[in-house]
Amino acid sequence: MTTRRRLGGFLLGGVVVTLLLAGFASPWASSQPDGLEKVATEQRFDRTAKEHATADGPLADYGVAGVENERISTGIAGFVGVLITFAVGTGAFFGLRLLRRTRAASPTP
Amino acid sequence: MHIPDGFINASTSLGAGVAAAGGVWGALRRAARTFADRLVPLAGLVAAYVFALQMLNFPVAAGTSGHLIGGVLAAVLVGPWAAAVVITVVLLVQGLVFADGGLSALGLNVVNMALLGGLGGYAVFRALRWVTPRTRPSVVVASGVAAGVSVVLAAIGFVIEYALGGTGNASTGAVFGAMVGTHVVIGIGEGVITALTVAAVLRARPDLVHGAADLPVEAPVRRAAAAASPR
Repeated sequence: MTTRRRLGGFLLGGVVVTLLLAGFASPWASSQPDGLEKVATEQRFDRTAKEHATADGPLADYGVAGVENERISTGIAGFVGVLITFAVGTGAFFGLRLLRRTRAASPTP
Repeated sequence: MHIPDGFINASTSLGAGVAAAGGVWGALRRAARTFADRLVPLAGLVAAYVFALQMLNFPVAAGTSGHLIGGVLAAVLVGPWAAAVVITVVLLVQGLVFADGGLSALGLNVVNMALLGGLGGYAVFRALRWVTPRTRPSVVVASGVAAGVSVVLAAIGFVIEYALGGTGNASTGAVFGAMVGTHVVIGIGEGVITALTVAAVLRARPDLVHGAADLPVEAPVRRAAAAASPR
């Protein structure tokens, strides 16, 4: 593709849609066990699961510690999670680009 | 689909950790060579979108739900190597911040969802593109079908890990049947969500769909025609 259209509008729209999904749709998602959890229960290996190392974290299990209302708790966790993931993802790819620059700049032996 | 600590023994988890580290390192190096600088924030957006969609569990059968994995979706949008990095970022955030997916199982989860689901699913996408016409509908359908298959690939990844180092007493055959049976159904949801998202991005910004980069450019032609028509 030779066309180089700007990214700004698409990114802004994408972030808004993503925040709406995580913040306002996620509280209404199914809370039934997912495929692996269900199979683990049926096949009786669910009891081998150990407590998660960060199970007491402030956002553990997609809820905000201390927020009583479950839907609000999930919504805030989703909202914050999207911002964190966007930041970490962008950061990782920005790091990638630095990695390449350094490599290109350093003389090859 | 996120494996917690304890399901799989330490040696198998460690082995998967080594395989995951090697795979992600390879993906990072390839992405560093091929990923366009200006698309960096797009990769962040795709990661955030996959994170959000992974929270949206949909019912699949009585008492069971499923959610998007997003490996094929990410691969079709930003390319397979960048997608492996994107899904690994999502798994890291989920494991470290949201206590979803055990930290000792991180390698297992990366192997299943980022490598088998993402790279394996993208291979299915390319194969489907190869046998279908070079049109946008083909890209959408190939994305959806490959996404569905990728969920089953990830489920089979778990079964192999369970066979190698599962700590439970269930037979591998029973776990295989149950995992594949459940994830075929979840795969339908994965396929629908992936196809809808790819179709939406293709409409809005076809230039941002890596998996459609070989298609003839349509948008500027249409814009020129619209500008030429008297109104």
